[in-house]
Amino acid sequence: MTYIQGFRNPAAARHLIERIHALGDAAPMRVMEFCGGHTHAIMRYGLREALAPAVELLSGPGCPVCVSASADIDQAIGLSLRPGVTVATFGDMIRVPGSDTSLQGARAQGGDVRVVYSALDSLELARKLPQRQIVMLGIGFETTAPTIAATVAQARAEGLGNWSVYSMHKLTDPAMRAILDAGEVRLDGVLGPGHVAAITGWQAWEFLPREYGVPCAVSGFEPTDILQAILALVESRREGAPRVINAYGRGVTPGGNAVAQGLMAQVFRVAPAAWRGIGLIPASGLDLAESYAEWDARRRFDLPDVAEGPLDAEAALGCRCGEVLRGVTLPPECPLFGGACTPAHPVGPCMVSAEGACAAHHRYGRSAA
Amino acid sequence: MTRDVHVLMAHGSGGVLSHELIRDVFVRQLGNQTLDGLEDAALLALDGSAGGNWAMTTDSFVVKPLFFPGGDIGKLAVCGTVNDLAMRGAQPRYLTVGFILEEGLALAELERIVASMAAAACEAGAQIVAGDTKVVERGSGDGVFINTAGLGRAPEGVDVSAANARPGDLVLLSGAVGDHGLAIMTRREGLRFDTPLESDCAPLNGLVAEMLAVCPELHVLRDPTRGGLATALNELAEASRVEIMVREADIPVHPAVAAAGELLGLDPLYVANEGKLIAIAPASCAEALLAAMRAHPYGREAAIIGRVIAGHPGRVVLETELGTRRLLDMLSGEQLPRIC
Repeated sequence: MTYIQGFRNPAAARHLIERIHALGDAAPMRVMEFCGGHTHAIMRYGLREALAPAVELLSGPGCPVCVSASADIDQAIGLSLRPGVTVATFGDMIRVPGSDTSLQGARAQGGDVRVVYSALDSLELARKLPQRQIVMLGIGFETTAPTIAATVAQARAEGLGNWSVYSMHKLTDPAMRAILDAGEVRLDGVLGPGHVAAITGWQAWEFLPREYGVPCAVSGFEPTDILQAILALVESRREGAPRVINAYGRGVTPGGNAVAQGLMAQVFRVAPAAWRGIGLIPASGLDLAESYAEWDARRRFDLPDVAEGPLDAEAALGCRCGEVLRGVTLPPECPLFGGACTPAHPVGPCMVSAEGACAAHHRYGRSAA
Repeated sequence: MTRDVHVLMAHGSGGVLSHELIRDVFVRQLGNQTLDGLEDAALLALDGSAGGNWAMTTDSFVVKPLFFPGGDIGKLAVCGTVNDLAMRGAQPRYLTVGFILEEGLALAELERIVASMAAAACEAGAQIVAGDTKVVERGSGDGVFINTAGLGRAPEGVDVSAANARPGDLVLLSGAVGDHGLAIMTRREGLRFDTPLESDCAPLNGLVAEMLAVCPELHVLRDPTRGGLATALNELAEASRVEIMVREADIPVHPAVAAAGELLGLDPLYVANEGKLIAIAPASCAEALLAAMRAHPYGREAAIIGRVIAGHPGRVVLETELGTRRLLDMLSGEQLPRIC
């Protein structure tokens, strides 16, 4: 903890904030924080207000539960209600709304939904409950995909026949490209996801300056990490030569974690994926590779392709989660924010997870100034 | 998505959904002048007249695991009810206990639980005067569920209520937060730390007596159990129609608790405590109160953590370690660990 406290040093943070204001132009620099973990930290430490007007922070699509399509949630709910099937999931997922209910609602109706802290815990469930089929919901970006890959490899090594994974894993760079290609939002910089880059390496973000002329600073998750990365972006704008800056040197290398990358390549294959709020993006998700098909829940339970189902059922209710995930709309600008949609009664997924932009704004941001 | 029509685990979290359930189901049908105050304990005159200084309350305990570092379900069942009485300034006199036992529970475990109850009641100066036992078949319970009810008496002239916070008052906390909830959670998940996490479970009536001795005009007491400090502060701001400002740097959190919270993605300010209290008192007696708290074994780490202002009634604002300000909201559902 002493180690972490240094990165929350108030004097260091104040100094960085002053530098950012001193170097800022008259026009605010528009920076998208890709990652929901950044959104959470930015709101928790009040950085959004502290950096205005020099920097305008926009939330991106990097909240894994937020971008899970309604149809995927519906399939998971359906599985949990099947006799003999147990759905194992990380805690965040159980409140995410599907078309009619959520996994916690399914649990109250008799569905078997278990919260696990690690995918390996779901293997333990499978060993303990040999008469039940355990389906692990594979969710997250390059950060969590390797741990699921390792779990799949372990299941195969043990020959576990009652365990499978329902993969909703997604890749970060296709989503970033999709947002920039759509041209809905103008960005002067991107706060790169530090934990994703720990796996992929910071070089994986070089497409941003090269193809889009947008600088990217890969950042850690403590307040001074974020402030240092934003300062680097502000400096880079003054230099006028956009590049990738690794502001998370203690966690991120140029090439990333080769072992994790190898595991992902072995167990998964790149596939199209349905993103809530963005739509179907080619080559943006991870399905199980042919050689691991036996552990693919979609095949084991013969589930339909989600592209045919609803991606964001809540949009019909006026929810603007999709626009929030694309950085087009700020959470308080949604007509449902704080009224019909609250963390206790979320309409859309951005209000569910602690990393969802709407939940972070609602929890920390409502007129505390 | 339509609103859920079933009871969810989150309805038991002590947060927003718990409050909605209490308001929309229980108070709507059972409400009366005393219940509507939603205090930790009701203050009654036993002859049915208005006013009175007898405090009455009840609480049920369903903790898993039954035994945890720093206590067990028996100690918890006595302390929980004793503390609810103490939060009205009352000293506990009489307790009742109801057991729901699951077929197959080891009698030796039950013996241990009951021995803890006896020890905790003795420390609190309360007598257990009535009880009940039911047994349910295997699979219908989690070993043992316990309900306790308590009757206690507040000193004449003492008026402690969640609705009594006034602008200008100071907010005190009796010690570090998050110990109980994280001790339970790490034990449940089989996580081990070099510094063991221990529940803070303790009867607080002795501490409250010392506090009232130096500050009889104490305005508010609240034990931040389910939903943690953040939720309790929101309840007090709401009940008193005031704004509360607290400073993050002044809120004690043990390093092991902070570390476990970081690891699990849980904020200690939202984690349950079973041996801590929040006190809100006129600024004039805050220093004396703080000294009295620190002199007591259950208040050694007490601190002044904030103040009450008129502001926006019902709002709680946190000044972060960085000096920035943000809302400190009530817990919304279950506190769930993050994905990455």
